[in-house]
Amino acid sequence: MRKFLLRIYPWVIAVLVSVGGQGLVYSLPSSDAQFLAKLGELRDATYADKEKIIEELGASGHPNVRAVLRAMLEDRLYFRNNDQNIFLVKSAAQGDSTSLDLIDPLTLKGAGSASIDNLTEIGINNHLRRVCETTLARFGLSNPDASVRLDAVKEIEKSLDETNVALLREQQAVETSSRVRKQIAIGLALAALNDQSDSKTLRAAIATLRGNLDPAVRIKLEGLLEKSPDGSYLESDAEVRADAAAAIKSIDHWRTFFSSIETLVFGLSEGSVLVLIAIGLAITFGVMGVINMAHGELMMLGAYTTYVVQVAMPLHIGSSVLVAIPAAFIVSGLTGILIERTVIRVLYGRPLETLLATFGISLILQQLVRSIFTALNRSVETPAWMSGTLQVNDALSMTYVRLYVLIFSLVVFAMLVLVLKFTRTGLEIRAVAQNRAMARAMGVRSEWVDAMTFGLGSGIAGVAGVALSQLTNVGPNLGQAYIIDSFLVVVFGGVGNIWGSLVGGMCMGIVDELLEPYSGAVLAKIIVLVALILFIQRRPQGLFPPTGRAAESQ
Amino acid sequence: MTTRRRYTLWVSARRDPGTRWFLGGLVLIGVAVPVLNLAVPASSPFHVSSYGLTLIGKYLCYALLALAVDLIWGYCGILSLGHAAFFALGGYAMGMYLMREIGPRGVYGNPILPDFMVFLNWKKLPWFWYGFNHFGFALLMMLLAPGLLGLAFGWFAFRSRVTGVYLSIITQALTYALMLAFFRNDTGFGGNNGFTDFKDILGFDLRSDGVHDVLVVISAVVLGVSYLVCRKIVASRAGRVIQAIRDSETRTRFLGYRVESFKLWVFVFSTVLAGIAGALYVPQIGIINPSEFSPINSIEVVIWVAVGGRGTLYGAVAGAFLVNYAKTLFTTSFPDAWYYALGALFVLVTLLLPRGIIGLIPNRARTREADPSSSREGVGIKDGRYQPHS
Amino acid sequence: MKFKSMLVASSLLVAVIAVGGVARAQDTIKVGVLHSLSGTMAISETTLKDTILMMVDEQNKKGGLLGKKLEAVVVDPASNWPLFAEKAHELLEKDKVAVVFGCWTSVSRKSVLPVFEKDDGLLFYPVQYEGEESSRNVIYTGAAPNQQAIPAVDYLMNEVGVKRWVLEGTDYVYPRTTNKILEAYLLAKGVKSSNISINYTPFGFSDWQARVAFIKKFGSEGLKTAVVSTINGDANVPFYKELANEKISAEDIPVVAFSVGEEELSGLDARPLVGHLAAWNYFESINTPANRDFINEWHAYIKNPKRTTNDPMEAHYIGFNLWVKAVQKAGTTNVDKVIAALPGLETPNLTGGIAKVLPNHHITKPVYIGEVRADGQFSVVWKTKGEVPGDAWSKYLPEDKTIVADWVTLNCGNYNTATKKCSGQNYK
Repeated sequence: MRKFLLRIYPWVIAVLVSVGGQGLVYSLPSSDAQFLAKLGELRDATYADKEKIIEELGASGHPNVRAVLRAMLEDRLYFRNNDQNIFLVKSAAQGDSTSLDLIDPLTLKGAGSASIDNLTEIGINNHLRRVCETTLARFGLSNPDASVRLDAVKEIEKSLDETNVALLREQQAVETSSRVRKQIAIGLALAALNDQSDSKTLRAAIATLRGNLDPAVRIKLEGLLEKSPDGSYLESDAEVRADAAAAIKSIDHWRTFFSSIETLVFGLSEGSVLVLIAIGLAITFGVMGVINMAHGELMMLGAYTTYVVQVAMPLHIGSSVLVAIPAAFIVSGLTGILIERTVIRVLYGRPLETLLATFGISLILQQLVRSIFTALNRSVETPAWMSGTLQVNDALSMTYVRLYVLIFSLVVFAMLVLVLKFTRTGLEIRAVAQNRAMARAMGVRSEWVDAMTFGLGSGIAGVAGVALSQLTNVGPNLGQAYIIDSFLVVVFGGVGNIWGSLVGGMCMGIVDELLEPYSGAVLAKIIVLVALILFIQRRPQGLFPPTGRAAESQ
Repeated sequence: MTTRRRYTLWVSARRDPGTRWFLGGLVLIGVAVPVLNLAVPASSPFHVSSYGLTLIGKYLCYALLALAVDLIWGYCGILSLGHAAFFALGGYAMGMYLMREIGPRGVYGNPILPDFMVFLNWKKLPWFWYGFNHFGFALLMMLLAPGLLGLAFGWFAFRSRVTGVYLSIITQALTYALMLAFFRNDTGFGGNNGFTDFKDILGFDLRSDGVHDVLVVISAVVLGVSYLVCRKIVASRAGRVIQAIRDSETRTRFLGYRVESFKLWVFVFSTVLAGIAGALYVPQIGIINPSEFSPINSIEVVIWVAVGGRGTLYGAVAGAFLVNYAKTLFTTSFPDAWYYALGALFVLVTLLLPRGIIGLIPNRARTREADPSSSREGVGIKDGRYQPHS
Repeated sequence: MKFKSMLVASSLLVAVIAVGGVARAQDTIKVGVLHSLSGTMAISETTLKDTILMMVDEQNKKGGLLGKKLEAVVVDPASNWPLFAEKAHELLEKDKVAVVFGCWTSVSRKSVLPVFEKDDGLLFYPVQYEGEESSRNVIYTGAAPNQQAIPAVDYLMNEVGVKRWVLEGTDYVYPRTTNKILEAYLLAKGVKSSNISINYTPFGFSDWQARVAFIKKFGSEGLKTAVVSTINGDANVPFYKELANEKISAEDIPVVAFSVGEEELSGLDARPLVGHLAAWNYFESINTPANRDFINEWHAYIKNPKRTTNDPMEAHYIGFNLWVKAVQKAGTTNVDKVIAALPGLETPNLTGGIAKVLPNHHITKPVYIGEVRADGQFSVVWKTKGEVPGDAWSKYLPEDKTIVADWVTLNCGNYNTATKKCSGQNYK
């Protein structure tokens, strides 16, 4: 009992003081023993108790609170079953880890390791995560790095209660960075709209928020224009209302503008995926005239290669994707050459039979990965440098993955053009495509060129698979999902013209995204398909029909 | 002169041993199966269970679909990779009739609206469901729905001279678009679940073996009649033109034939046949849903024809029976191996057996009239070319 | 000569047909397994096939049933819905199985339903589904909407304080019905219809950027927002990847899923998804002796210590044990007697509770809400007090209010209490 009192006494004081004056709390002395004792309470606390404990820890100002809370957020806080001591662990438990490296919460230094059976995790739920984040953010306000302070302010602004508003005010007084000050001003202005502020404050707040595209701002401003049930405005001052209406109008104006840009960006992004899956086919189908129904499965092989590379180098996920690109090119390229040498070679000049044979190959490849990797989808991680969003402003953002895929597809396309235009192999490929007999007469080994061309197209399919592994399932059905789309892009763009595939793919993506808000995703897709069917029937040669001499032999 | 010529062709078709075998087998199925199902006791090893009955019914419908594909691919060089779409449309027309037949016996007991509509809060029947409570109207739609779609599609495609590979790809796109449309619940065809739990057809209980016996006999008769009509078509003057188109479209056009019209009519006829096959399929199988439209189904049909031997008609039928029987066996005994077997079948048949299984039978026994392997079928791209900056 | 060859051909044909009809010796009890082992659904269903094979093995080690060994008959309907009906025919008529464990999708169940009713078979269906059905020949061991969706929404509304809802689903019958029930439920709870957004996408949908951007906007308009996801199968991975890349964290906009379990997460990098929710009747992480035994047994059987277990597996575990008990109680595998013996039977589930067969052929199940952990497991954050009985017909839909299912007293799966008529299977 005495022990209990000893334990609780400083905390009672701390809580009392914290009620009295926010500013004082962080300077209160706090001993390590109290800190440890508080941590100990986490062992068998309910979620509601844990929330209190976290807040008290935050108020204690102990230097290690941040490390502990960060660990808690990342599932790295445990207690050892035999001595009930709390430890942080170095990295979160994986499915196959049997023991974990411990870190002492006081010294933050390594404290040996323990088997996973001897450790119990201190659980956390979404609500607690929010509490931890806010508490951590308060610490972040005193960080010397302005960008950390900016993030902290943004985090705090997610819950604008009185404590947080007071914190922001305090920070505003001492803040040096103009970016952070601006963000604080927005938060305070938002908070001002909350209150029954006087007209002057309101108008000042509206002036601050003018042009801010955060949806929360618009909602708040709309609140000022609401009418009560008897028809009178809730906000009595007409000037405030006029200001708010003007601000909303300007916000709406910008939002419409940015949303059309967003649609365009989404369209380009969807289009880039289509381009990526189609340019391999633009080579095999467009240049060689081979209907390769196994094209999708070659992409699937590329995606599985990414998975295998990641499994092989678990400590370098960041660079694994870069390694996977050449690996996938080689795996799919070699598979392609094998297919060409064994099957397609026999069937040149009989495109429809090639179609059937390669369809058979696609079934075999699908079942092959099912036998090797099981029918379950494989997990391909997104490297840290590829995750996250590029936030242009509150109304416009794009995920890095999509951005990289867009850039990647353009790079692959450019490299392909360069290879075809400036290398000897490229020259030979073009020569054989234009006139096989003449090329042979000039000493081009047309058989070898056929194999190379098909290998090149297949390799590009594999590279597309690497990109797809970052966007969608890596499973046996990956290829089938894209095969029809890729053929349509090539035919739409004009067979034999890889620039056509680029333009065609991008157009399809943009049209699809333009339609989607009005018709829904399915109908948009159907409309695009039907439009394509009609288009191809009007212009069987596609967007960019072959011209000049090449057209004559068509 | 013309009449006599036609007559002789007709007779020669009947004399052709493949046809004789085919018709003989069909009569056998039409007679033996119902007898073995109804008259032989269930304990006897010769008894055909209702499972066997459904299987045979299914094979017969697939055979009719294969026949339709062979008519345009083997004789006219049009490789449709979307024929299952017409099959499914016929099936849906039949399904709509069967759904209306359920009447108040559905789960929600609504006499007008099928269950899935009640379930999606639809208040009244969509306009395109009107009339399907009459079998006659439904029958008409079973022919018209695939036929009109085939007409519209073929009209545009053949007029603008979309041939070969391009045509194959847009037929794939067509069936894919239809699949997506039918998957949508808002389209009004029951979405992913499609139609199922049928009660009866023309007042006869669909769960009794007797009705299935009749359906099998009808399927066999329809297949036989369709076969003879196809035979007659390919043996007719128009049939000669059609085969000429397959061998060289441009030359036929220069000879003064309206290639588009010939292609269009044979294509439409083929789609109607596919629709009939679908309509017969649905009451026997008991379900129709959008996965019938999936592009892979259409490709499989082409494989049946290729395996059996295209350009012979009975080859297509044999292929349909054979591949599907193999599928039934394999999916029970070696489920994992099924895809390998199917895939290998595609590759090997195209590489080694350009004339299909029928091609294995010594030439003497086969009809001499059609040998597609010696012809170049609609070649799309002879020489692709690449011009980076044109 | 021609006649002779005809004769040979016909006898060949007869022989081929007859092969299908030959009955094998009846010294075992046959258990049918009707799960897709190839095609799109193989990813989910193969595990269930293995579960049943394991249960059959276990039962045989215990000495079989009624003094006979059990024999599993496995067929592959290849994710093809008409083939499901055909294979059901085959199991019931050719193999004469005593019971079938099978199906995953609703459409596969709808496809085999007429076959089971015609041939008087018995099917145990192990997957959560949309309800609106009760057949004499089916025992539904998966969750009905009131055993999964409604408790999950209750949790979000009461414990998390969610005010705005995005109901995101794949366009087929399960999401449609679940969302319809949820919408009615939310409206009844006073949620404004402007605060509910319902959207459907096709199967295998992968271009989620516009939808996720919408969700982000919808959720940042001042009211706590949650996403209720009935997105199916393959579309989930791209959806969650997009969520993770958009950095939509569970604290801001939690996503509760009804079709994402341990097995689905094993095909995904779970770390960016920590804190998102799933509602199930079983989680692998629930620590009970029965569950530990089951997991060990599973790992030993499948020879892979990393394979996860999941909710439908538990449903099969329960279903199999119920069937064994019913056969023992009836003293025969005769389907009619087993069906009669089933209602009222109880068997322990894996999470320390009891599963009881109700007269509507559904069972009682506890409901758990779990948050995704970084290792791909779930930590349970909430559960119902005791088990929830499954409703075949939803209380929240106006057209269902007068319909009851009761195979014990009424002998009817959809009896209309207003018109006193029985529709559907036992239509009079």
